[in-house]
Amino acid sequence: MAKHDTPLLDELESGPWPSFVTDIKRQAEKKPECWDILGQLELSFKDRITHWKHGGIVGVFGYGGGIVGRYSDVPAQFPGVEHFHTVRVNQPSSKYYSTENLRHLCELWERHGSGMTNMHGSTGDIILLGCRTEALEPFFWDLTHEMGQDLGGSGSNLRTPACCLGQSRCEWSCFDAEEACHHLTMHYQDEIHRPAFPYKFKFKFSGCPNDCVAALARSDFAVIGTWKDNIRIDQAAVKDYVAGNIVSGGGAHAGGNWGDFNIKKEVIDLCPTNCMWMEGDELKIDDAECTRCMHCLNVMPRALRPGAQQGASICVGAKAPILDGAQFATLIIPFIEVSAENEFENVIEVIENIWDWWMEVGKNRERVGETMMRVGLPTFIKVMGIEPIPQHVKEPRSNPYVFWQEEEVEGGWDRDIDEFRARHAA
Amino acid sequence: MGYDPENPMADRITDIGPPHYAKFYPKVIADNKGKWLYHEITQPGVLMHKAESGDECWTVRVGAARLISIELIREMCDIADAHCEGKLRFTTRNNVEFMVDSKDKVQPLMDDLASRGNKFPVGGTGAGVTNIVHTQGWVHCHTPATDASGVVKAVMDELFDYFTSMTLPAQVRIALACCLNMCGAVHASDIAILGIHRKPPMIDNNRITGVCELPLAVASCPLGAVKPAKAEVNGEEIKTVKVNADRCMFCGNCYTMCPAMPLADPEGDGIAILVGGKVSNAKSAPKFSKLVIPFLPNTPPRWPETVAACKGILEAYAKDAQKYERIGEWAERIGWEKFFEKCDIPFTIKSIDDYRLAYDTWRTTTQFKYTSHTATYTG
Repeated sequence: MAKHDTPLLDELESGPWPSFVTDIKRQAEKKPECWDILGQLELSFKDRITHWKHGGIVGVFGYGGGIVGRYSDVPAQFPGVEHFHTVRVNQPSSKYYSTENLRHLCELWERHGSGMTNMHGSTGDIILLGCRTEALEPFFWDLTHEMGQDLGGSGSNLRTPACCLGQSRCEWSCFDAEEACHHLTMHYQDEIHRPAFPYKFKFKFSGCPNDCVAALARSDFAVIGTWKDNIRIDQAAVKDYVAGNIVSGGGAHAGGNWGDFNIKKEVIDLCPTNCMWMEGDELKIDDAECTRCMHCLNVMPRALRPGAQQGASICVGAKAPILDGAQFATLIIPFIEVSAENEFENVIEVIENIWDWWMEVGKNRERVGETMMRVGLPTFIKVMGIEPIPQHVKEPRSNPYVFWQEEEVEGGWDRDIDEFRARHAA
Repeated sequence: MGYDPENPMADRITDIGPPHYAKFYPKVIADNKGKWLYHEITQPGVLMHKAESGDECWTVRVGAARLISIELIREMCDIADAHCEGKLRFTTRNNVEFMVDSKDKVQPLMDDLASRGNKFPVGGTGAGVTNIVHTQGWVHCHTPATDASGVVKAVMDELFDYFTSMTLPAQVRIALACCLNMCGAVHASDIAILGIHRKPPMIDNNRITGVCELPLAVASCPLGAVKPAKAEVNGEEIKTVKVNADRCMFCGNCYTMCPAMPLADPEGDGIAILVGGKVSNAKSAPKFSKLVIPFLPNTPPRWPETVAACKGILEAYAKDAQKYERIGEWAERIGWEKFFEKCDIPFTIKSIDDYRLAYDTWRTTTQFKYTSHTATYTG
């Protein structure tokens, strides 16, 4: 039985897309505090402004992250959401679940919280929305003891790493993104749970340059699968695509009136490096010119596969616009093997090179991409102990303002003005 | 024996991390990991992955709200128990994937999903609109400039046919962030719906002393608009800050650092639309989304202006773009001047960058196209 009138929200119960309003009402029948979620949200719809207070530091003992405090600014009207804290539970790699696991989590959240969730939050965690301060420790106890699961990150720490579904169900994944994500999550539990950084730091792992987990746009440390040999071609399948026996793009465009597949127009002419051509009915690729963008593979998945010598590129420093504008991650390591066999030791070395430097020079609330901008890419490359290569830039600089070092210049910088004047009258 | 508040550190378990993913794999996934050959989208929302072994994994992708109840999750579990050996997964875009190991199990699963009202729409694959990724909005955040779940519901209702079909030139990724913090980073989306503020922060002098470290508040402003100041509260002089409103770009970073500087406002807040971003490296490099509509009002419950703007852009793109062209690639090919004309969006001075690195976006060539915008010159 509804506790508040919600005429504005009720209008979001119609239409073909699933309604979160209908869903919250359903939950409210079992968890009455959900009526107050609807009540407060209706007030926000009416007032056109949020009714949540700023912040509130809450957590569980020993952790500096994983819980985000939230309090209503109208608790007298909506006592059910007076405290309404967020709990971030670290998701399993690629977000596969057993129903047994999910049902247990639901049962815990029914016991301790509101019953509302986000599956999942933007960084990848399971987000449990809404519980009281006094429920946090009992929830955490049950999560760790009953389920053997743990909280994710928040604040100036390593945020919960995330990955695409990797090799589990994708033919393009060039490394085991799930294992890399899981291994590093376990390796860095302390960094996830106890803030020690200048600001947040995110890992994301995408198996191929299609980048389904948006690593290049969203993570401080992006590991994106690629290969170093040649695209594997099945010429018989190429012929089948050309003959129309196999639908292009795996059928991704099946609903449009695009006409018959045309390999020249749809693949060869759209290749950004023009490195493909037909010789008779065989497709040829000059792999030395290929930048591995994935377009041809996306269009002809049965004929073209990533090369067999696989690994990843590492790009560093992405972030959203606050403050100086958005940044994509910059290519730092063009190719690295990513393997569970060495327990990702070489990847860990790159990570810790970055952290050792950033924890020393990064300012408060400065993402690593901002530190890189502040000190310059040349300095960052030196810090990383790697050789500068043209792949680090789109183009060489167009200004001549090089910060020459004294030792690079013959004779150094120490000169005698009197001796200069002896030869050059003022 | 559960948590004992008298003895909180006893038998404490910490730093155990997430469960190992592999124990949640459906059998066909466990058997064929790393050995997939290719995939097909056999109909909107249905994927078939073929393995070297000949095994097939059939996936039915279902849209969901991001804000969901445990009752709904339990219903998803019922479906997975009945059809998918008790396993399921979620995508990075809040979709749910139900997997079966043969084609003949697909239709019974689809029939079950369809029997449950509109809770489980099948789609979100290929050249269509998939689920909108978004943030919390008014339902759970303290800094939003707009709602999230409500706007998304309204937009997805209108674009629903594009979720259940694959008729567009390429995939279209829509994302919503309810303020400039962008915890759902929308800055590389085909269509980005972004909550913005337009009024400078107020200063709550009665509260600032207790809740705010003034140097951090001053340092939080990227434009130096926040300065130390003094004020009188109850006859006593206190240290506070003042804001040079002329320099404020309404980013809200000061409010993040100082709770005594609220800036949300029913009239000031609303939505900006940015378009043409992409994450994938396919064909062209990843691109940022560009601001094309500087402000639309907050008009709950269904935000008709925002819905119309998204639909207008999508339909102009659907009509004009070439196969495989993302919205940003289309806009770059035809020229942004043509983009504004074809989408019937008025070009305003607010789309011309005057922040840092702005010069990179100014046109420094005589190459342009004549459009309605140049009519006053060409007479």
